Formats: sequence, C-alpha cells, structure tokens
Amino acid sequence: MSNDVVLALVIITGLSFDFTNGFHDTANAMATSIATKALGPRTAVGLSAVLNLVGAFLSLSVAATIANGLVSTGLVTLTVVFAGLTGAIIWNLITWLFGIPSSSSHALIGGVMGATLAAAGSHAVKWQGLVSKVIIPAVLSPFIAALVATVGTYLVYRISGSMREGSRRHGFRIGQVGSASLVSLAHGTNDAQKTMGIITLALIANGTVAAGARTPLWVIVLCALTIAAGTYAGGWRVIRTLGKGLVEIDPPQGFAAESSSAAVILLSTHFGYSLSTTQVATGSILGCGLGKKGAQVRWNVAGRMGVAWIITLPLAGLIGAISYFIASGVGGTAGILLDLVLLIAISAAIYWRSRSTRVNRKNVNSAWTGMAAPSRAGVAP
Amino acid sequence: MDRYGGSVAGRGCSVNGWINLRAIWEIVVVGLVAGAGLPALFAIGLRALGTPGKGRVKVSDDDFIGGSRAGIAIAATCFAVVLAAIGFGIYIIVISGHGAK
Repeated sequence: MSNDVVLALVIITGLSFDFTNGFHDTANAMATSIATKALGPRTAVGLSAVLNLVGAFLSLSVAATIANGLVSTGLVTLTVVFAGLTGAIIWNLITWLFGIPSSSSHALIGGVMGATLAAAGSHAVKWQGLVSKVIIPAVLSPFIAALVATVGTYLVYRISGSMREGSRRHGFRIGQVGSASLVSLAHGTNDAQKTMGIITLALIANGTVAAGARTPLWVIVLCALTIAAGTYAGGWRVIRTLGKGLVEIDPPQGFAAESSSAAVILLSTHFGYSLSTTQVATGSILGCGLGKKGAQVRWNVAGRMGVAWIITLPLAGLIGAISYFIASGVGGTAGILLDLVLLIAISAAIYWRSRSTRVNRKNVNSAWTGMAAPSRAGVAP
Repeated sequence: MDRYGGSVAGRGCSVNGWINLRAIWEIVVVGLVAGAGLPALFAIGLRALGTPGKGRVKVSDDDFIGGSRAGIAIAATCFAVVLAAIGFGIYIIVISGHGAK
C-alpha cells in the first residue's frame, strides 16, 4: 500500500521535472524568434507549447533508451528514481536562476545515475550505454549543429545578399516562424520522452509493468500536457541569454539557426539518441554568428555555458546521490517525504531569489549587459 | 531519399558498441542537406519571389512579392520542395518511432 503512495509521489515529481524541462527549454525553439521580433513573446511561447504537445506523441525511441538503456532496471528502486528526479529538478532551477541554457536531459540522466550509483554501486550503471548514447552525442551535437548552422547562414546570406533589406527581413521572419515551430515539434519528440522514460522506469521498478515494456498511454498523455504547460510558462531568463547574450541575431540568421537545430534534433531522435536540445540550439546559434560576415559572438558567454554543460552531469548526479542517502537514511515513505519537503523548500528559495532580478516577457529583449537579468531591482531604469 | 529513409529506419536504435560512427556520419550529412540545404532553397525561393515584374505599380520596402511570373513559379517550386522535405522527415520519425520495440 505505501508503495503506491511512493509511486504516486515519484510520478508527481517526474511531472514536476517535466515542467521545469519545458520552461528551461522554451528558449531553444523560440529565443531567436523573440529576439528578431518574428513573433511576440506570448505568441511564441503559446505556439511552442502546442507543438511540444503534438511532438510528444510522434515518437517513443528516446523513451525506450532512457527506460532500458542506461541503468540495470532490476537494481533500480522507486527511491532511486525519486532521488534522481530531485537532483535533476534542483539543478534545472539553479541553472535557470543564472539564465544558463544547460541541458535538462543531462540533469535528468545525471540525477538518476547519481542516485543509482549511491544505491547499488557502479555495476548498476550501463557505462557503455551512457557513453555511446549520452556522452558522445553530447560532445558532438553542438559541433554538428554549429557546422550545419554556419553553412546554412553563409548560404542564406550569399543567396539573399541582393535583396532589399526590408523585404529580406520580412521574408525570413516568416521562415523563422516555420523553422522555430519545427524545433518545438522536435523538442516534443525528444524531451517529453525523457520523463516518459523515467516514469516508465519507476513503473518497472514498482513491478507495475514488466521490464522492457512499452510506455503506457496515460504516461504519454500526462507528460505531453505537462511539458506543454512548462513551455507556456516560458523560461525568460534562458530565452534572454540565448536570444540576446550569444549573438545579436537578424532574421536570416535566426532562420538558419532554427533550421539547423530542427534537422539535427529530429535526426537524433530518429537514432534514439537522447541528445540535449539545448546544446544543439546553442551550437546552432553560435554557428549563425560564425556564418555571417562581421557578426560578433560573445565567447565569454559561450564559455560560461560550456562550463555549465560539463558540470551538469556530475553535479546533478551528486545532488541525486545526496538525496538518495537522505531518503534511505531515514528509510521508507518518511525518507521520501523528507526529501520532498527539502525539494520544495529549495525550489521555493530559488524562486524567491529570482524575484530580485526578474526577467519576463517585457524586458526579455533589453540590450545585453553581461547578465541574465537586465538590471537589478531598484537600480535604474 | 527513399532508400535512405528505409535503411535508417531498419537499424533504429539497435546499435551496439561504444560509438556508432555510421549514425554520426549520417547525422552530419543528412543534417547538412536538411539543415543547411533547405534553408538555402528557401532563400532562393524568397529571392525569386522578390524579383520585380512588369505588372507592379509600386513596391514598398518590406513587400517581398516582386510580381515577376517566372519568379513566382520558381518560388512556389522551392517552397513546395521545402515543405515536402519537412513532411517526409516527420513521416519517417513517426513510423520509425512507433514501429521499433
């Protein structure tokens, strides 16, 4: 009986992660469109939310990787999944506070791996699966995306060079809406599935479904709705960093960047690679700065992101492991409840901290001043 | 294109080993074709669309339809190819993503 309570808590926490995943990653699809004013901020997040919802129903190959490919399902307990999710949520909130577009996927995988390591030791982790399906795609995907976006941007400017500026902006803004929509769809196919995979893992751990089973329909529906809601909430801090912080983006660049992201993410989904849509989007945006003559890339911002990417897996894993030790130290349902209380307290603290340097749809496009938040509260203007 | 989609779908995610060079290679090549080639095609269409034609009285600065018949025909072809490619891509994702496992 208490196992069912725990299972319910794990599913709720999983959906909470899905929500943070949504708002952390709105930027991937919409940052460039918002920056070039191809779409108004509110329209952008609404459109992205709907397409994420649709995308979540399109494919299940990534969910299968997460549920079966990374840890030995026989050694995973509900507590492990719960602790892993805690690590992922906290790491997502911390990076959001700093406006860093870090990978929600790595936070999730790191958290679950950390908790698994803490619970069962290193033999429970499928290292080969981790390296071949997560680490290698993570290292390569930003470079591939940057290459594709650089070539695309170069070609687009080469071809459209003789057009009048006004008509070029107008035309590519329309193109941008299309390509950004595709990225949203792609995000749904890739990221919504990660939570589906984790919840499936919890159901396997609880014995509710058999190991290697398909994801149940109600899990797909719940995850799709939650990631759409998160996307609609809009992670404005991250949108700002990606849209304004890395490169000053013009419509042709934004169009090329989003096209590159969409192509790379959809291809990777196809291969069951759980890659980071964030890293792909960031690589593409860097590429659209490299492909245009005279465009500036702020490498210090890119460098800071790079550092965050490298530490995401281990730190989310560390938080996941600590969370596991707390839960198993206290034991049973009480341990999980204690973890839950800590999770809520930390989340509330981070949210409260974010209020002093607010970023919302009104100031998301203000000139870049080196920080995620345009200006501290109380400091003019 | 068809042969390609078929072969990729067949392998799905049943790849063993530490690094799947073939998949990475395919992501780079198909990524360049779809992620850079299609935007270039869109740009060609946009440029053709903007080619000034005879019947045009006055073209404002952000008007992107020039009015040339040939231009419009080229543009329509380009946009149709782009849309078809996107549709094909999504179709492949859907069938392979639900068929395997």
